[in-house]
Amino acid sequence: MSEITVTINERRLTGRPGQTILELAADNGIDIPNLCHDPRLTPTGACRLCLVEVEGQRAPVTACTFGIADGMVVRTETEEIRRLRKTVLELLFYEHRGVCTTCNEHGHCSLAKYAYEYQLDDGIFQAGRAGDRDENCMTGNEAIGYDVDKCIRCGRCIKICEEVQMDAALTFKGRAAAVEVSTFFDIPLNESTCELCGQCISTCPTGALYERKAEGKGQRKDLTRTRTTCPYCGVGCQIDLNVNTHTGEIVRVTSPVGVVPNNGNLCVKGKFAMDFVADTRRLTTPLIKRSGKFQQATWEEAIELIAGRLREIKANHGPDSIAGLSSAKCTNEDNYVFQKFIRAAVGTNNVDHCARLCHASTVAGLARAFGSGAMTNSIAEIRNAGCIFVIGSNTTEAHPVMALDIKQAVAKNRAQLLVADPREIDLARFAKLYVAQKPGTDVALINAMMNVIIAEDLHDKKFINRRTENFDALAEVVKDFTPEKAEAITTIPAEKIRQAARIYANAASASIVYSMGITQHTTGTDNVLSLANLAMLTGNIGAESTGVNPLRGQNNVQGACDLGALPNVYPGYQSVEDENIRAKFEEAWSAELPQNKGLTVIEMLHAVETGDIKALYIMGENPALSDPNLNRTRKALEAVDFLVVQDIFLSETAQYADVVLPATCFAEKNGTFTNTERRVQRVRRAVAPPGQAREDWRIISEIATQMGYPMAYDSAGEILDEIASVSPIYGGISFKRIDAVGLQWPCPDKNHPGTKFLHKDKFTRGKGKFHPVEFKDPAELTSGKYPFVLSTGRLLYQFHTGTMTRKCSAINQVSPAGFVEIHTEDAASLGIEDGQKVEVATKRGKVTTLAKVTDNIGKGWIFMPFHFQEGPANMLTIDELDPTAKIPEYKVCAAAVRKISSAD
Amino acid sequence: MGSSIGAKPSSDFKPLDKILKSMPKAGKGELIPLLQAIQNAYGYLPKDILAEMSRRTGIEPSTIYGVATFYEQFYLEPHGRHTVKCCRGTACHVKGSSRIIRTLQQNLGVEPGGTTEDMEFTFETVACLGACALAPVMVVDGTYYGKMTYRKVDTVLNSYRQASKENA
Repeated sequence: MSEITVTINERRLTGRPGQTILELAADNGIDIPNLCHDPRLTPTGACRLCLVEVEGQRAPVTACTFGIADGMVVRTETEEIRRLRKTVLELLFYEHRGVCTTCNEHGHCSLAKYAYEYQLDDGIFQAGRAGDRDENCMTGNEAIGYDVDKCIRCGRCIKICEEVQMDAALTFKGRAAAVEVSTFFDIPLNESTCELCGQCISTCPTGALYERKAEGKGQRKDLTRTRTTCPYCGVGCQIDLNVNTHTGEIVRVTSPVGVVPNNGNLCVKGKFAMDFVADTRRLTTPLIKRSGKFQQATWEEAIELIAGRLREIKANHGPDSIAGLSSAKCTNEDNYVFQKFIRAAVGTNNVDHCARLCHASTVAGLARAFGSGAMTNSIAEIRNAGCIFVIGSNTTEAHPVMALDIKQAVAKNRAQLLVADPREIDLARFAKLYVAQKPGTDVALINAMMNVIIAEDLHDKKFINRRTENFDALAEVVKDFTPEKAEAITTIPAEKIRQAARIYANAASASIVYSMGITQHTTGTDNVLSLANLAMLTGNIGAESTGVNPLRGQNNVQGACDLGALPNVYPGYQSVEDENIRAKFEEAWSAELPQNKGLTVIEMLHAVETGDIKALYIMGENPALSDPNLNRTRKALEAVDFLVVQDIFLSETAQYADVVLPATCFAEKNGTFTNTERRVQRVRRAVAPPGQAREDWRIISEIATQMGYPMAYDSAGEILDEIASVSPIYGGISFKRIDAVGLQWPCPDKNHPGTKFLHKDKFTRGKGKFHPVEFKDPAELTSGKYPFVLSTGRLLYQFHTGTMTRKCSAINQVSPAGFVEIHTEDAASLGIEDGQKVEVATKRGKVTTLAKVTDNIGKGWIFMPFHFQEGPANMLTIDELDPTAKIPEYKVCAAAVRKISSAD
Repeated sequence: MGSSIGAKPSSDFKPLDKILKSMPKAGKGELIPLLQAIQNAYGYLPKDILAEMSRRTGIEPSTIYGVATFYEQFYLEPHGRHTVKCCRGTACHVKGSSRIIRTLQQNLGVEPGGTTEDMEFTFETVACLGACALAPVMVVDGTYYGKMTYRKVDTVLNSYRQASKENA
């Protein structure tokens, strides 16, 4: 029986099996009052407000828990039901102080809404436990506050923490009237398993849980909401910036249930780390360095100086002596205009951006194997995958909202999760099998898995024959790569490698999820090719819930690549070395374009040393903290003849600049970002920019014009239309079409619905190509002097160089400083205790940081986050590059650790 | 004379080891018996023992705390060797239990809910023990003292103090 007929309030409705009365009613626009319901959660029936009458039932039932049945007759608004609901509300107010006048939630509170609708007696509102304001586990927390007197004990916060976030930080404490929400032994929230995602606030039907910062900054009724895209990671969560129009300040961030791709879920950064927008340290005027000191300047002065100097350098040393770094933080429109400026106005292909440092090997590897270098499938498909193979991605920390889908897949849909990571990351607790490969040995692990799959005849021969080429060469290379051989290299027991291979190969659908643990190696492209091999070998590509899925790090790193902020391709991955394509762009841009591909990020900096690069234009990047081997990087920034930095803060890099230009941040501009699943989404202006800050594309256009290449756009929408006209994958995308929900490229024309997953019937390059890969050692191996393998990575609470996150007091409270993770036994043998000061050294430099002693990392391996300018991890990292993708090996170098004694 | 439960230093994991060994697959469904066993062994539910129990069983710490704070039977603070409960139900009240409670307070030097400094007694009042025929009633550990009077309080308490001394 697939359809069920139910009569609600004399209306005949059709429902699906498994639906509740509340869900069916909501689908048909019948509003049944409720306080404990959230579509993201399993129903509880705790608030008793959704009582309805069902014919044949002795007593009223709760609509949120009662399943529909054929022929059922329901009445939701009888006099008796309304009387009961009024009593329920009155009882709730005995536990809830009606202090709407001072409540943040005023204007959006469900309880107040129903109190009005049911016209409760005024006297009831002060019945709550007035004045009972003891300290609780959230007292003093900079992110979340809890007012027990406004709590109605619906339990939604506890359930969302347990069922969606799966942190189970919260519980009901005590019983009867004394019940309140708390943590284990009432420990402060930041010491519990809480990740400060703020989901508890998002689901709270009253103002009991609230954003600490929002207190007194404007009630919900006074805030205007602007839908935009989160400026942090590549998941691209849709957020509403709630702005107080009187003060012009962002008061809070919300996200409604139902939005794509995050369904109302956010992480700590999207929810709380927006302080940077209104930070007083924002750049507000152009700055020009005169005799070593920055002085305020007018836009005219700054633009004239930049255009003049660039013209002069171009005339004296040729256009290839100038290079530009575009930005994965900026919009698609900014990136398009930037690369057009570098190519058409300056006349060089020396344009790149930080994708070089995160997923260059993805773009290179997947383009070779499949023909296009992007996440093959969509975020939502993860939920239905039979197997999810997470390798080199600490998803819960780096892509927290994506991780929710992985956890849901395991908890609700029984997906088999495989986790391979040198550290026992949080996802390992959900895994069917967790293996710890030695950093830099991924190829050995994957080759051995393929050895097992072929040896045990688990490969998909039909798929291989029909859709791929070069299989024999792969089979030849992995033939001798037995799990035993891999064990010697990776340290993973051979039997576990066999198990992993079987779990992956036997799943009905298997999805690979990876990130920088795979890409940031001198063998990064090899690693990516290996994963592509594995997917093709088992036919896990080109279908729903399968694929090879790189999680992109920055909010718009996908878009910056798509829009050609790369030295070898124009927008839409069209080669600069292809004559026909070049001719197309020369016509579109009315300029003669350079023929040779340009330099990559690290090559540019190295070319400063040789004198080949004289001028650098850096938009929204911070290489002085993010690039490897910082001593060398900073020397290059110091040495370059002319450096322009366009940013929202005076970053570490900006300190080296000759001219600094103030730009607008995401909240102050219109445009688009493209998320990791290729979805082009809107960015909307919600607040005014500080001082004289301008949109990046406007600044660039003015400089180009001043240099003699006129560029003029009225709006970001106009730029997007130009993008659509030159880049076929964006051909059908416009502001109008993505107003409500973003579109996934390829979207070649105005009627194309976008592409959910790639390579469906045919790979972009025709047939998928196996690339046999031999295992190679990392560039730097451990030695007597440097006995540890050092990897660097990210933390949940921080983003990249901390320029934005470290302006947030809630973040600083929970993540104040950097550290180095070291295994308990290694620490013991070096006499190092948890929290002690230590020195970490490599051939390139040394830094002081704090020891974090843990069993979650292998012996002989250490890990450092790279966000912190005090004790920066990148002083230590090596700038050896992957030969194809030119990505540096952030994940492996040889290091020494020593305790700092009081004598130091 | 009654079971004697002394408060052990809480960082001693041996009793916990023993409990978890005897309940090898204990999970959420066995949380209440687990807590009872821990309380029996430690005299109360020490925080670090519960944290360790959570690590070893996979039961979320918050869940453990929620259950431990819900039931009257669980103590999160060190508990006296002996528990003295005095009934203040209607029958006992009529028969003079408030005087007995006052005397207990004076003798022990703590309010209801408190524990004496020497960890000898924890003093509680109960809404009704259901033994109205014996009113007024006082219970020490498992032993019922029916038809109590305030004059007998000192004698009863001293007998427990004496026993503790002899055991020591």
